[in-house]
Formats: sequence, structure tokens, C-alpha cells
Amino acid sequence: MKEFIQHLKSFLKEHVRDYAMFIALLMIMAVFATLSGGEFLSPVNISNLVDQTGYIAVLAIGETLIIVIRHIDLSVGFLSGFLGAIAAILMQFHHFSALTAIVIVLVLGTLAGLLNGSLVAYLKIPAFVVTLAGWLAYRGALLLATRGPGTIIISNKSFNAIGNGFIPDIPIFQSFLQGYHKLTLLLGVLGVILVIYFSFKTRAQQINRGFDVLPWDIFIMEILFIITLLLYITFTLAAHRGISWTFAIVLIVTFIYSFITNRTVLGRHIYAVGGNPEAAALSGISVEKITLIVFASMGFLSGLSGILFASRLQSATTTAGTLFELYAIAGAYIGGVSAAGGVGKVVNSLVGAFVMTTLTNGMNLLGVDISLQYIILGIVLASAVIFDVATRSKGR
Amino acid sequence: MGTPLIELVNVSKSFSGVQVLFGVNFKVQPREIHCLVGENGAGKSTLMKILSGVYPYGEYEGEIKLEGYPVKFFSIRDSEKAGISIIHQELSLVPEMTVYENIFLGNEIKKGSVIDVFEEIEKARELLSKVKGENINPTSRVKDLSVSMQQLVEIAKALSKDPKVLILDEPTSALSETESKNLLLLLKELKQQGVTIILISHRLKEVLKVADSITVLRDGRTVAYFDCKSEKVEEKKIIKHMVGREITNLYPLPITKPSEEIVMEIKNWSAVDPKTGRYLVRDVNIHVKKGEIVGLFGLVGAGRTELGLSLFGNPYSYIVSGEIILEGKKVKFKTPEDAIKHGMLYLTEDRKEKGLILINTMRENISLSNLKALAKGLTVDKAKEIAIAQDFQKKLNIKARNVEVKVSTLSGGTQQKVLVAKALFTEPEIIILDEPTRGIDIGAKYEIYMLMRQLASEGKAILLISSELPEVLGMSDRIYVMSKGRITGELKVEDANQENVMVYAVS
Repeated sequence: MKEFIQHLKSFLKEHVRDYAMFIALLMIMAVFATLSGGEFLSPVNISNLVDQTGYIAVLAIGETLIIVIRHIDLSVGFLSGFLGAIAAILMQFHHFSALTAIVIVLVLGTLAGLLNGSLVAYLKIPAFVVTLAGWLAYRGALLLATRGPGTIIISNKSFNAIGNGFIPDIPIFQSFLQGYHKLTLLLGVLGVILVIYFSFKTRAQQINRGFDVLPWDIFIMEILFIITLLLYITFTLAAHRGISWTFAIVLIVTFIYSFITNRTVLGRHIYAVGGNPEAAALSGISVEKITLIVFASMGFLSGLSGILFASRLQSATTTAGTLFELYAIAGAYIGGVSAAGGVGKVVNSLVGAFVMTTLTNGMNLLGVDISLQYIILGIVLASAVIFDVATRSKGR
Repeated sequence: MGTPLIELVNVSKSFSGVQVLFGVNFKVQPREIHCLVGENGAGKSTLMKILSGVYPYGEYEGEIKLEGYPVKFFSIRDSEKAGISIIHQELSLVPEMTVYENIFLGNEIKKGSVIDVFEEIEKARELLSKVKGENINPTSRVKDLSVSMQQLVEIAKALSKDPKVLILDEPTSALSETESKNLLLLLKELKQQGVTIILISHRLKEVLKVADSITVLRDGRTVAYFDCKSEKVEEKKIIKHMVGREITNLYPLPITKPSEEIVMEIKNWSAVDPKTGRYLVRDVNIHVKKGEIVGLFGLVGAGRTELGLSLFGNPYSYIVSGEIILEGKKVKFKTPEDAIKHGMLYLTEDRKEKGLILINTMRENISLSNLKALAKGLTVDKAKEIAIAQDFQKKLNIKARNVEVKVSTLSGGTQQKVLVAKALFTEPEIIILDEPTRGIDIGAKYEIYMLMRQLASEGKAILLISSELPEVLGMSDRIYVMSKGRITGELKVEDANQENVMVYAVS
């Protein structure tokens, strides 16, 4: 036991930054759960919360990479709103199928990102200026697109399902585990198995090659922590209507971006460009190309965000996308990206985005006055960054 | 002599209209250590950047021949493919990334589409042991390593590309004597293994120890080539070619004798690193007299810079104890600003990072240290500011078109003079100079030395921190030697020589 506490202490000391976001999120949720008498943690609300985070979360993931390479993208909010309106127009007025509309919007988003990226990378115009211009232009474009009707109601059912529907259930075993969404449970259990398998496999490889590994007790504790979290989310969602399409999309995007940033050459080059652009260039990396790719990905995710939001509202509105970019940037900063460049994890930004919507959702539930809500959000953002700076200068 | 491995023929290069290379010829035989020397601004780094593809084909005139055949490098990748690896003067590592990530940056080892981390770490370990860096953990972050360790990581990175030719641009300028020695041994070993090495260095003693042949550049032209195997080359001879004149004595003689009046006395001074609890400086007792130049010699890691900084208002918040006595009065400095007010000044060893604002003009840099003296109501008296900057320019013989030039466009030696001017503007009585001549050429060095003598003759007390032994011996009236945070020896300059100072330094 004594040994365990010692292990735990040194582990927390070294990894406080990695886990602080999760712990903060759990604490915020605990506070809301208590204050709302459990209502906050009800399956319906959790499911709601997850869907509300979706369109901000994908933007936060994109902004993470943008900030890692020392830039900023302010245009993504209204770009997302504008692209949502394009999707609505294509489907409502020109009778495109949902799939075609989605593909067109994603391509347009990517092109918009490429435009920003090439101005920043090749003409060396500060990203703040380039994307501020984009912010203005897309805002105008959105107003133009929605000028006639004001709000374009989307009647395409499959499109609207993205923001409001859930993944289908397995039709068999009706009587078994009644009231639970069985595919969700299955996926959750599968996730748990994968986590255990890969944790042990990596550990075995590390030991095999003679690397330092976490002590056993801490290793087990870490896995238990992740599993518990995973199972909790699985059961809560399964008790409602299962995993929503939005959540599924967010998970897939997170997985792909985590994979790219952690395991591929492209990911490593992104961090190198952010950490020391001169060194990256001298190592034969094209800083311009990386900048272009990162902005293009941001544009793509803006398109995705626009689709998620329009389908959730089942309409395109004149104000869609307002402040999205700032919520996404705040999420990324709460998740610990560094403005100095080269530091920041995609998963942490996702958690950061969840912190933002959890606060909004929880305070709405408790009927906190909107003016107070903004003040609290501001304090949380500032505290997160202060914590980040404080733990960074210490240790490491 | 057979075909040279590398030959540059008639290479010229201009930067936005200013020509820096004028038809340079340069050749290197296979499996030798070739040293490229010349004053700052002679064009050495530019030449090597052309050879390594940093400046691609088309941006220069002339021809590169590899084993007799003309080649064109359009990028760094091309030159690497041809077997040329370069280690630049400014370390080109990503501080936030780990050692192994840095070593394989741009050359990642892949398994399918995924980076094979385990393989990279293992290979990194092998490469590090090849450069005698076994004690470097491949998974440490580069920012946590010392400069000399980072240097080894750079070399490991270069070797990971399995180069035929390794170019090193001033690799020892940030290293202590022992570390440099180790590095040179390593280079000799690499030569044995068949790597051809091109070494750019200011330290001629080192050059003469390892060079098989030497090219001297001056003002963008090749002025001399020596084959060290067939002739005895002397330092003086090289210097003559480098500067185009013979410097009989590199160190000017004292103008006046120091007085007996003690200006600053330090008693039982200690500084502890709050992060690690380690003593950086321990029980130091030193004093400096009026008009005296006191050398403080120590190898890197001895605590010289830490001593200087902890005295100068302790900007890095070490835990300090002990007494500072200025002209008989006990004082305490909470910040560098306090120290400046009391007439102390510390001149940083890291002029680019910490000393100057490179994008600002010379005038703005000089006046920044004491803007209050230029205040006219709420504004800065610009006329006075210009006059003072011009005064310093004349006094220190700063080579620049006028005081409005951007500091970033000046050479290293000139920048150092601007830094000195900035320091002098605060009118200090005690000046701590930390490596004042690092990385600047011989001509500029001499002028800095002259300036030190002049300041001493005006009654300033100077503490000269240096890791260059000849400099300490040549300039000091008295020498303290530091090792592992303690003062291990005190010598009058008459009694000091390289050997006995070094004995204290390694004790």
C-alpha cells in the first residue's frame, strides 16, 4: 500500500497535465449532478450534451493543429454556417441527395481551407488577418444565401438524422437486456477489450525492448480508470437510444486525427513545424506544405461542423456559426494547446470542447442567468490556461 | 592527389544585390578532415549552405562537382541523397520533441504507413552510442538536455542519414574545452570510419589539431589553401590570411594599473537551483578592484554564468545566500533593475536570445537599457537618443551605415559592440562580461579587448567570465578559477599559465 501511494504520487506529479482535463471535466459534471439532483446525469441529458458538443468538437480538433503550427483560424464559424446554408439550398431548392450535398459541402470547405492556407503559407500574410477577412466574407455570404427565406427548413430525413438520429440497434434478442441499446453496449464492450489488448501489448513490447514502464499497480489503475469511464458512457447512452450519429462522427474524426498526429510522419512533421519551423525546414520538411494541409483540414472540418449544425437544427439560419470559432479555440486552449507552438493533443481539445458545452448545458439546466454564464466561462478559460502555464514551468 | 570528393568551382552568390561570394574555389579530398576558416562574414556558412542544398541550384553561380561529376542540388533532400549532411551553427532541433523524434525528423522509420517508434528509439540509442552519447535517453525531450548533449544529438541526426560527407558549422562555439576536445576526438574517429568531414571553426588551435587540409576565405574569396600533411602550418600564418594583416599581439596591454580600492566584494555567496535543490554556486568569496579586469575561468557547467546572474539581481530566482558589498556598503538586489541602479551590469553570453531586440534599430537597442535618462516629460527625447547612439557608434567604432540600421543586419561582432554600447549607457561601475567574444571574428575580438582596457583605465571594475583560456590569460589582471560551483583557485596573471589554471578548473 505504501509503495502504491508512492507510485501514485510520482505518477501524478509527472502526468498531472495529461489527466488534469479529464479530472476537471469529471469534477464539473459531479458538481452539476449534485446541484441538479441527478437530472444532469440522466441518459437523455448526457445524450443531448454529446450532440450539442459535436459541431464545436470537430472545429476544436481542427483548431488544435492550427494553433500547434502557431496560427489561428477565425473564419471557421461563419464558414461552417455558410456551408450549412449551401447544403440546405442544394437539397431544398435543387433537390440534391443528402450524400451529394454533403460531399459538395466538404469539398467546398476544403477549398476554402486551401485558400486560407495558401495565403498564409505562400504569401506569408498573418493568419489572423487572412481569417478575419474570411470571417467577414463568409458572414456576408451566409446572409446572402439565406436572404430570401431567412431560414431554410431542411426536409431531407436522412440529412436531419445526422444531428438527431441514432445508430440502428441489433434487431435480435429483443427480450434480452430490455431498454438498452444493444449495439451500443456491444461497441462499448469491444472498446474495452481493445483498450485492454493494446495496453498490454504495448507494455509487453516496451518491456521486451528494455524501456521504462509504469509500475504495475499504476498501470492497472490507469486501465481501470479508462474502462470505468468508457463503460459509464456506454451504459448511459445505451439506456437512452444509443450512440447518436453525431457522436459516432466525432469519435471517428477524433480517432483519425489522433492516429495521424501520434503515429504518422505527417503528424510528426506538424509538431516539428510548430515547435521550430527553422529546424523543420532544415530537416527537409516543407513548412508551406504542412501549413497548407493543416488549413485544408480545418476547412474540411468546418464543412463537417456546418453539416452537423444544420442537420441538428433541421434548417439553415442567418446566424448559424456565430461564435463557433471562439468556442472551438477556447476548447483547444482549455485542452492545453500552447500558443507558442508545437504542443497540444487532439483528444485533450475534444475534452476541452466538452468542458465548454458541459458548463453551458449544466448552467442552462440550473437556470443560471446568461450573463453570469459568460462570466463563468471566461473564468474557466483563464484558469485552465493559468493552470497550464503553472504546471509547464514546473517539472519537465 | 586523386580526384577531389567535393569540388566547388567558381561559386558566386548574392543576397538581394549584395554579393557575398566572389568566384570561390574549394575542394575536399575523400576521407579527410578539411577545415574552412575565415572571419565572420567571410562567406563560410553561405558556401556550405550552397553545398548542402539549402540555397538550391539556380540561386548561385558556379558548379558543384561530386567525385568529378557536376551535380545540381535543388533541395536539402537532394544533397542528403548524394551523401552530404550538414550541422548548422544554430542548433536545428525541435525543443519540445524527444531525442529520437528529432534524430529521425524528415527521415522517419516507417512500418506500413505508421512510424515505428520502437525501431526509432532502438536505432537512436545505437546512433547515440556511436557519438559517445550513451548517457542520453532517446525519449527525453531535447529542451531538457545541455547544449553539449544537444550537439551530440545533432551529430547523431546527421549520421542517421549515413553520410559520406559531414559538414559542421562552428560545432564547438558553445562547448567547454573538454567537450570540444571530445567532439574533435569523435570527428577523428568518424574519419577513420570513412566519413569525410568539413569543419568550420573559429578556434584555430582546434583546427590545427585535426585538420588534414585548410581553406581560408576572406571577404567571399578563397585566399589560401594548406595541405597539413605536406607542410607545417602555423596559427599566425592562418590569421595573417584571414585578416589580411599580421596581428602581432591579440591581447592589448593594460593602459593603467588597477588601484587598490575594492569596489565589489562577494562573501560566502551560494545559489541553489529551486527545481533540483542542487548547488549551482557554493561559498564563493571574490572581490574586484577599481580599474581591474578579473578573469573568471571555468569549464561549462562550472557555474560561471549562474554566479554572474545570481549576483545581478538573480533574474532566474535561484535560492541565494551570502553578501554583496559595494564600496563598503552591504546591498541586496531584488531584480536586475536594482543591480543596474547600484551601478552593476551583466552582459549576457546569449546576445541574440537575451541581449538584443534584433528587429529594432541600433539606436533603439542602445537606449533601451536606460530610457529614463532620455525622458522628456512623458516622451523620449529622440534627438538626444540619436546623439547618444552616434556617440557610442564613434567611441566603439561600430561598423554600420548609421544608427538607424536594424541590428539583425549586422555581423556577430558588430552586434556584440551594440550590446556593449547598450550596457555602457547605464553608466555602470562594475561590469560582468559573460563570454563577450563568443562567435565573433578576430578583428572584432581585438576591438572588444581594446574597449575593455579602455574601460578599466577609466576606473571601471570588470569581471570577465570566459571559457577561452587564452582570453582569460591575455586580458586579466587576476584570475579566479571555478569548478563545480566553487572557486578552486586564485592566481595573479604573472603566475598563471594554461596548465596550472586547467588543473584548478578540473579539480
